[in-house]
Amino acid sequence: MKRGLTGWLVKVSGLQRLRGQTLLKIGLVIVLSFLAMAILCGPRGAEEYGRISGIPPYNPAKSYSDLLRLSPPTAQNWMGTDHLQRDVFSRVLAGGWAPLVVAFASIALAMSVGSLVGWISGYIGGWPDRGLSLAMDAIYSFPSMILAIALVAVMGSGLVPMIASIAFVYVPTYFRITRAEVLRVREYTFVEAARATGASGTRILVRHVAPNTVNAIMAVSSFNVADAILTEAALAFLGYGLPPPTPDWGFDIQNGQRYLQSGYWWLITFPGLAILSLSLGFGLVGEGISDLVNPKRRRKHLA
Amino acid sequence: MGGLTRYIVQRLALTVPMVFILVSVVFLVLRLMPGDPVLAMLGGRNVSPELIAQKRHEMGLDKPLHIQYTEYIGGLLHGDLGRSTRTGKPVAEELISRLPATLELAVWGMIFAALFGLPTGILAAVRADKPSDHVIRVLHIGSFALPIFWVGLMFQVIFAVKLGWLPVASRLSGRFAFTFQRVTGFYLLDALILGDKEVLVDVIKHIILPGVTLGLAQMGFLGRVTRAAMLEVLDTEYVTTARSKGLVERIVILRHALRNALIPIITVFGLQFAMLMGGAVLTETVFSWPGIAGFLIQSLYYRDWWALQGTIAFIGVFVATVNLVVDLFYSVIDPRVRY
Repeated sequence: MKRGLTGWLVKVSGLQRLRGQTLLKIGLVIVLSFLAMAILCGPRGAEEYGRISGIPPYNPAKSYSDLLRLSPPTAQNWMGTDHLQRDVFSRVLAGGWAPLVVAFASIALAMSVGSLVGWISGYIGGWPDRGLSLAMDAIYSFPSMILAIALVAVMGSGLVPMIASIAFVYVPTYFRITRAEVLRVREYTFVEAARATGASGTRILVRHVAPNTVNAIMAVSSFNVADAILTEAALAFLGYGLPPPTPDWGFDIQNGQRYLQSGYWWLITFPGLAILSLSLGFGLVGEGISDLVNPKRRRKHLA
Repeated sequence: MGGLTRYIVQRLALTVPMVFILVSVVFLVLRLMPGDPVLAMLGGRNVSPELIAQKRHEMGLDKPLHIQYTEYIGGLLHGDLGRSTRTGKPVAEELISRLPATLELAVWGMIFAALFGLPTGILAAVRADKPSDHVIRVLHIGSFALPIFWVGLMFQVIFAVKLGWLPVASRLSGRFAFTFQRVTGFYLLDALILGDKEVLVDVIKHIILPGVTLGLAQMGFLGRVTRAAMLEVLDTEYVTTARSKGLVERIVILRHALRNALIPIITVFGLQFAMLMGGAVLTETVFSWPGIAGFLIQSLYYRDWWALQGTIAFIGVFVATVNLVVDLFYSVIDPRVRY
């Protein structure tokens, strides 16, 4: 165990639980690096990017007449340039902002709506509960990628439609988790006792239902953010993302696709690797949290 | 009524309203969202109001919402999904002519997923908690994180453009387009019926990249299910018995353990069919694969609402049917399951 200030910090922050959680640590490092990258290189006002001068090295949304068009990676442009004489490296650095905002916002929205409706539905019971469960199951069993694409196509492209459509797809997940927990907890004697003593519904929710659902929701939401990043990338790839000069990995890959037959590999390789790494980071975090909250799984990590 | 029959009836009683709800939600969302299909169809500019009114009438859009809805549901029950405004053909006809392409891709995706997922899953279970298990675990998590459209594009750059080993896209080379005869719509079968070796090789070459793309994204899920199912079976007494009889470990694992583990593996994988369809949309888009998913994306770009709501209803019914069949299959192959 480390001594001094570091040791104290580790102890106070609860980080000591991270010992031996290699997957969680790797995942956290990836996720935090991308978060830092998005904050440092993300948009700052109209068509301006980055908070420190020189990072990203070029304005990702601007064409430079002194840059070559469609140049492969060089010492000056580490990931080459695109068809509009823009620096691909700068675009990759700034392009993480949109997927992160969309993924976090949509999962947070789905979590609040899904959990709330799930709690109410489980609490009320009866035919409203049966009807809602059926509707949620209908959405849940439908291919989520297809549903998200269809919804965003109907609503139009951009940040808000993307967030709304991805959130819609994930509402049933949180509805099911919370509802199942409400139904389970309702049967317990101590909850009955709490109700008998006159505890309100809200109190039972906060004291008895919420603590048990938090663990399940934390692991699931991390996996869902990983998924939402892929969905955002797919939506942007299909052209339903942010309007053009804005850097967005998925849309940049669609641009690169036009030059695929010419073999200009750098246009699609680097944004794709960024999507893969970020999604993998959240996947590892989710895996780590599952191990952490369910020690039985740690040994066998059952699927 | 036998237990199984009752179970089928119960499942159907749940599946039918679920599909009905899905169809209704899609219908409502399309009607209530901004974006006029008539304007989109006519191009939007310099269109006389008379023409718009006439088209509206032709498409039945001038009727009140509830009449449109009853007519639509009534049509659905007769298998009438309306007419595509883009192609002018009935949506049902379009979908059925494209179904074989999607099914062929899905089947190959499953085959490749099994080729990657089963061996790694078995190995991980056999070497549980050893370094190789951890490496495979990360590989499986990585499979979930693959942007499937990007994987397809990377394969195209590497194996089609740079190396020139495989074709970039589509189902068949242009030079065979005239001699090829569509009998079943499944090109592999059609090529076998045709009996032309060159065509057969060409068809197989076209399926490899999209099939592997779809399979790679499913590998992680299948691998993890395999690992978990194998671990459970390896813990049972009959496996210990087989080992103590002195059987070679390979035979214990492949003949005794895997055979029983396959039951949950196939079931869980089958129930994951929805995920496979989601991946198929992007794979079909990248590889210009003329399937249902590609049709869906085209309908979206052209704001072809009839095609869109028809396709979604179709996919919904399709996925629900697959889930039902898999569920029943489980009860048939595992005699222990009783309903």
